Amino acid sequence: MSATDAIPSAKGPKGLARLGAEAVSWLQAAPLTLVLGLFLIFPIVTIVIVSFWDYSEYALIPDVILDNYTYLLSSPVTWSIFLSTLGYAAASWVLTLLIGFTVAYFLAFHVRTLTWQIVLFMVCTIPFWTSNVIRMISWIPVLGRNGLVNQGLMGVGIIDHPLEFLLFSDFAVILAFVHLYTLFMVVPIFNSMMRIDRSLLEAAADQGASAWQTLWSVIVPLCRPGIVIGSIFVVTLVMGDFITVRLMSGGQGASVGVMMNNEISLLQYPAAAADAVVLLAVVLLMVFGMLKAVDIRREL
Amino acid sequence: MQSETRSKAFPFLAAFFALFVLFLYGPMIAIFILSFQGPEGGLTFPMRGVSLHWFANLFEPQMVGDFGGSLQRSLLLAFVVMVLTVVISVSAGLAFRRRFKGSTTLFYLTVTSLIVPSILVSLGIGLMFRVLGWQPNWWSSALGAHLTWTLPFGLLIMFAVFNRFSPSYEEAARDLGATPWQTIRHVILPIIAPSLIGVAMFGFTLSYDEFARTLMTSGVSNTLPLEIYGMTTNVTTPVLYALGTVTTVFSFTVIGVCLAAVTLTRRRRLRQGSDAGKGVF
Repeated sequence: MSATDAIPSAKGPKGLARLGAEAVSWLQAAPLTLVLGLFLIFPIVTIVIVSFWDYSEYALIPDVILDNYTYLLSSPVTWSIFLSTLGYAAASWVLTLLIGFTVAYFLAFHVRTLTWQIVLFMVCTIPFWTSNVIRMISWIPVLGRNGLVNQGLMGVGIIDHPLEFLLFSDFAVILAFVHLYTLFMVVPIFNSMMRIDRSLLEAAADQGASAWQTLWSVIVPLCRPGIVIGSIFVVTLVMGDFITVRLMSGGQGASVGVMMNNEISLLQYPAAAADAVVLLAVVLLMVFGMLKAVDIRREL
Repeated sequence: MQSETRSKAFPFLAAFFALFVLFLYGPMIAIFILSFQGPEGGLTFPMRGVSLHWFANLFEPQMVGDFGGSLQRSLLLAFVVMVLTVVISVSAGLAFRRRFKGSTTLFYLTVTSLIVPSILVSLGIGLMFRVLGWQPNWWSSALGAHLTWTLPFGLLIMFAVFNRFSPSYEEAARDLGATPWQTIRHVILPIIAPSLIGVAMFGFTLSYDEFARTLMTSGVSNTLPLEIYGMTTNVTTPVLYALGTVTTVFSFTVIGVCLAAVTLTRRRRLRQGSDAGKGVF
């Protein structure tokens, strides 16, 4: 039932009222459908079509060839690039999950007043609304050759030479992913935790469960939806990343996004499109796997 | 967890949380301080004097590509994305309160929009414009690309809002003879206003900072994040940090204003009861 049900009225737009509830819903959903159709469906269809095209140094040649895919799948380079991307995703997933869960656990169960929970939660989420590029750049004075970490370690005398692996390395890439994306874990896990009925925890304690047992047997299973949603975010963001790997590895690191960007700058659009199709397939498979575990619409 | 004494884990968890916050904000604070480097200063500590040299440098056009122009474009684009995100999300949110043919498909399409890698959206829209012979532009292709990122957030917020929204307000309005449009304008919108500020903030800040989706869709003129990315490869002075400080302060201001607005609306509501129907929206 809603206000937009078909009730003829003196002032209202009569045509609209007569259309019936279903039509009103369609009209209301139309702008969203239009935008997603035009800027999500069509572009993806374009990518799929172009991935079968041929190309020269100057132009795209409409065609139906499998060369882009056979080249992609037969090249050991692309396989290793996909593997390295999966590696980044796995490492970032484990770290963001552990850190995100711990932070959410602290906020949900160890901060006592709602006001403080909201304040500290905001502290965790505010960086989400600032620039990722700037947040990556901000590691330069910290991790660089003459950065704070090296200066500190040398000052204390732990090392004599600056550590070179801190910036422009795989270490830096994963650190940046954790820095950028942990809050995608914190938010949904915190949300799940806040819905847990506190009497369940009391019941567990009354039955003699230790804090650790309560955490593992009660809280973690009930947080599964949050964990899944956070994992989907982190994995898809890392799999499709281009700029973090490019900036933080100093151009040495390889990921599918970087490979696609290189091909695009060489105007090899069909090759990039084939990469994109394979990447999309991999990402969707991973997401479907994770979604088996949870009904997201119920979690909102 | 309302026990009288803190658990033994508390100090460890609190310390962990403090370290996490330091991890989040520490680097940002470092570039904030370093952007006030003296004219002789470099990209790392120590500070060689304190000055506004690099901020002044930022506004000299020959030093940095096109800071002013790209900032203007980014602000305008973010504003348009914000308005469209709010309008489209509310409209779709209203639609989704009822099942309609295709609602499940549209819902999953929206979720897909959230999880399809940005670079794919960027490449797809760029390619589509190329194949159709259209000129990509920040106000057309990039606008669409940004909406595919902001709309899912907007719609999910609307879901959260309408899941907790009692239909009795609307029924009352209708019983009192309100037209559907009057019900939306004077009952629903005032009630969901604080959440709309949230949607607007998502729309503005996500667009203002978006990089990957703009990369292949902005055409010939850069937006600010693209300009900053360009600078990282060829600028080796603290002017980079000055730019970082300026845009971050700007983002914080937007966030601060939005949060203050949300808090104020909530407070006013607590004091006066709902202002629904008073037409003050």
